[in-house]
Formats: sequence, structure tokens, C-alpha cells
Amino acid sequence: MNLNKYKDVLVKPLIDENPITLQILGICSALAVTNNLSVTMVMCVALTSVVAFSNLFISIIRNHIPSSIRIIVQMTIIASLVIVVDELLKAYDYETSKKLSVFVGLIITNCIVMGRAEAFAMKEKPLLSFFDGLGNGLGYSVILIGVAAIRELFGAGTLFGYEILPLVSNGGWYMANNLLLLPPSSFIIIGLFIWAIRSYKPAQIEEDDFALSKHSTSPDLTKRELNV
Amino acid sequence: MNDSITKTLAVAFTICLVCSLVVSYTAVGLRDLQNENKLNDERKKILQSANMYDADLTIASQFEKLEMRYVDFTTGKIIDSYNNFSIDTYNQIATTRDPLLSSKVPTSDDIAIIKNRENVGKFFILRNKDNSIDKIILPVRGYGLWGTLFGYISIEEDFNTVAGLEFYDHKETPGLGAEVDNPKWKALWPGKQLYKNNIVSLEVIKGKVPVDDKNLDYKVDGLSGATLTSRGVTNMLKYWFSDSGYANLFSELEYES
Repeated sequence: MNLNKYKDVLVKPLIDENPITLQILGICSALAVTNNLSVTMVMCVALTSVVAFSNLFISIIRNHIPSSIRIIVQMTIIASLVIVVDELLKAYDYETSKKLSVFVGLIITNCIVMGRAEAFAMKEKPLLSFFDGLGNGLGYSVILIGVAAIRELFGAGTLFGYEILPLVSNGGWYMANNLLLLPPSSFIIIGLFIWAIRSYKPAQIEEDDFALSKHSTSPDLTKRELNV
Repeated sequence: MNDSITKTLAVAFTICLVCSLVVSYTAVGLRDLQNENKLNDERKKILQSANMYDADLTIASQFEKLEMRYVDFTTGKIIDSYNNFSIDTYNQIATTRDPLLSSKVPTSDDIAIIKNRENVGKFFILRNKDNSIDKIILPVRGYGLWGTLFGYISIEEDFNTVAGLEFYDHKETPGLGAEVDNPKWKALWPGKQLYKNNIVSLEVIKGKVPVDDKNLDYKVDGLSGATLTSRGVTNMLKYWFSDSGYANLFSELEYES
């Protein structure tokens, strides 16, 4: 057993190969469920367990999946796991499950889960796949928790519902930034995260797909060439 | 070998069988807990609609302060017992499926699209220390965009002023129609008036109510992007506070006090 391999798949997705900031996957739920830290935590646990276990189960049967129906088989396993997680939430944390509403169900369509199943679990051994899922789930969680902390702190003046910055409306001094409570603010925050990570690790910067041509005002663009 | 038709079918069948077993096992195993959560949540909404919910106390102990009564919708009279039902467990939504215990709402009257209305409803009374009525809490429901919204509305002792509105179940779009659960929107309701010259006039309008509106007390800001949900809430009020709803109960209670 090569311990380094396990460490790699667990730690790399945290920053180096983060599913959100490097691969830009799973953005949808990052926008929807990050205005409140405690709800975000539950979502992170739900997603992490789904990725980890779907990777594990898919990897166990990977040698028996006919390639013609492999996507459907993966989806069936992922969907079943998501339903189980949703049912567990409804039974043990009804409040949060109501707040998360459809977003738990939408883990089924989260690109990270499908991406890891297809890219990793179909090729690697079960335990390694499980850790890969765990790592990617944690990578997703790190970003979501970061976004949620910023949004809740500056949008509502609280963290986990506890008052940190007393709001003007409650007699304090902090004027809440309502923009941060709206979903588009996560786009901005995730964008800033990506910028910060890529400045720290320039290797992540993607090459331009096309080189921009030089701006020119050359006179040889005649009317005929412009097709007018 | 993996791609032969037999193997493909066998794998598909096995996966479906195993997955459906796992899913149904969890669903059935957790049903009791989920139902308990649902009941507690509904009770919490009842308490919240009357602004009396305290997170530090258990829901059951707070719920005991409410008096449960039956109302016969045809006469508006409060009745003490109804068939062999226990009032604690009487579920009026379930009785709408029984033709003996419910009546079909004529299409022309059915603005809230509830289809069948129970013959006897259950509502809650909160009394002051001197036994006079403080608030009454009434179950209401009406069709929004995707499904029926189920909720409770509490009315002050004048049987005209709204004290609060809460929905415990609906299928509206999160972020648009589901904003009926937004505390800011719910905070608009207390103080609004139901009847103007004996006609149900309270409505959810489109857009914001101007502060200088003459009928400020009869209008609630609409939910942006959720016109049909807003209209559904208005129709729900129009139906449930008409004569086929609670209007008769109100005259009965006024007479009583």
C-alpha cells in the first residue's frame, strides 16, 4: 500500500486541483446555499459523503460496468445515494433540510460527483477512489465554507447565527451589505478566490485559447474586403 | 464480454434492484421520524403564526396553551365532537378524500382551487387570562403555481385584523414563489385588515404598496417574479374568509362574546 498516493488524492484537491477554483465545477450549489454557514456545512457534509461513497461503489463494480450503459449506471448509484442522504436529513435535521430544499436533490447533477466517477473511480481501486471522493468533497467544502463565512459575516453580521458585527438595525454600528446575501455575490467571491489562488500558484493559469491579434488601423482593409 | 447484451441487461437489472432496495429501505425505515418532524414543524408554524413561538421551550408544551375546536363549515357553528375523531389526531386534509366527510366546491366558487372542502374543520383558539379570545388560528390552503400552499393564519379578537401568516407546506419555486417563507415578507402581514364593508378586500398586489396608499391596510407587497403565487395567496384569502369559509364562524364567535 502506497501511503503517498492516498495522501495525494486526499490533499491535492484542496488547493492544487480544487474542483471549484481550478476545474470550475459545481458552481451552481456554491451560489445557492452559501448565505448561511450552518446550512453550508450540512450541504458540504452531504456532498462529500455522496462523492466519496459513489466513488467507492462505482469503483467496486468498475470491471463489470458495460461501457454502453456506464453513465446510466453511475447516475443510478449517485441518485440512490443522494435520495438516501436526503431522507436521512429529513429524519435527523428537518430544519436544515427544509432550507436546503431542492439543492440536496440537485447533488445528483453536481458535476463534481459525475466528474470524479467518470474520471477516477472507473479506473482506480475502491479505497483510493473513496479517498479521492473525500478529497474532492473537502476541496468543494473549503471553498463553500470560505464563501459562506464571508457572505454571512458581512451580509448579516453573524457567523453560525451568532452575532459578530452588531447590525445598525439592532442598535449596533455595522451596516449590513445586502448584496452579499444575494446569490450573485458568490460569483464575485469565487472569482476573487480563483484570482488569489492563481496568483499564489501561477501554474494554474490557463493558456489563452486564441492569441489576440494586435490592434491595428492599417489602411489596407478596403471596402471590398469588408464585404460592404 | 462486458458489452454482450446479456451482461448489459444483467448489470442494469442488478443495479436497479439493489439501488431500489436501498432507497426503499431507508425511506420506510425513516418514515416515522420524518412524520414526527413534519408534525412538529406544522405545530411550530401554528405557534409562529400567532407570534407565540419560543425556541427555548418544547413545542409540545407551548402547543398545550392552544384550545382546539371543530367548526362546521355549513353553519359556522363550533361543535364539540365530530363522529369518533379525536381532535388531536383529526386530519382535515385527509378527510377531503372521503366523499362522506367533505363536499365538492362548485367550480364557480372554487377560486383557490381546493376542489374538496372538509365539512368540519379544526382550528385553534388562544385565550387571554380572563378566558376571552386573544387570537384564533385558522388553517388555510390555496393553489399557487406548482401546487397547493398549506398554511395557518392567525386573526386578532376583532376577527378582522391579521396577526400572522405561515405556510408549512408548498411546492413553489425556491427564490421566487418560495419567498412566501421569507421572514421579511411574512412581517408585512400583521396589522392588515381582512374585511372592508364586509367584503374580503385583503390582497397581495403586484409590486410594492405605496406608503401613501389609502387602502394600505388591505394590501400586501407582491413577491417579485412570483405573480401566480401572489395571486394564489390572494385567492386563498378570498375563499377562506368568504361565507363558504370562516365568515360564518366569525359571526358565531362574535355572537358568543
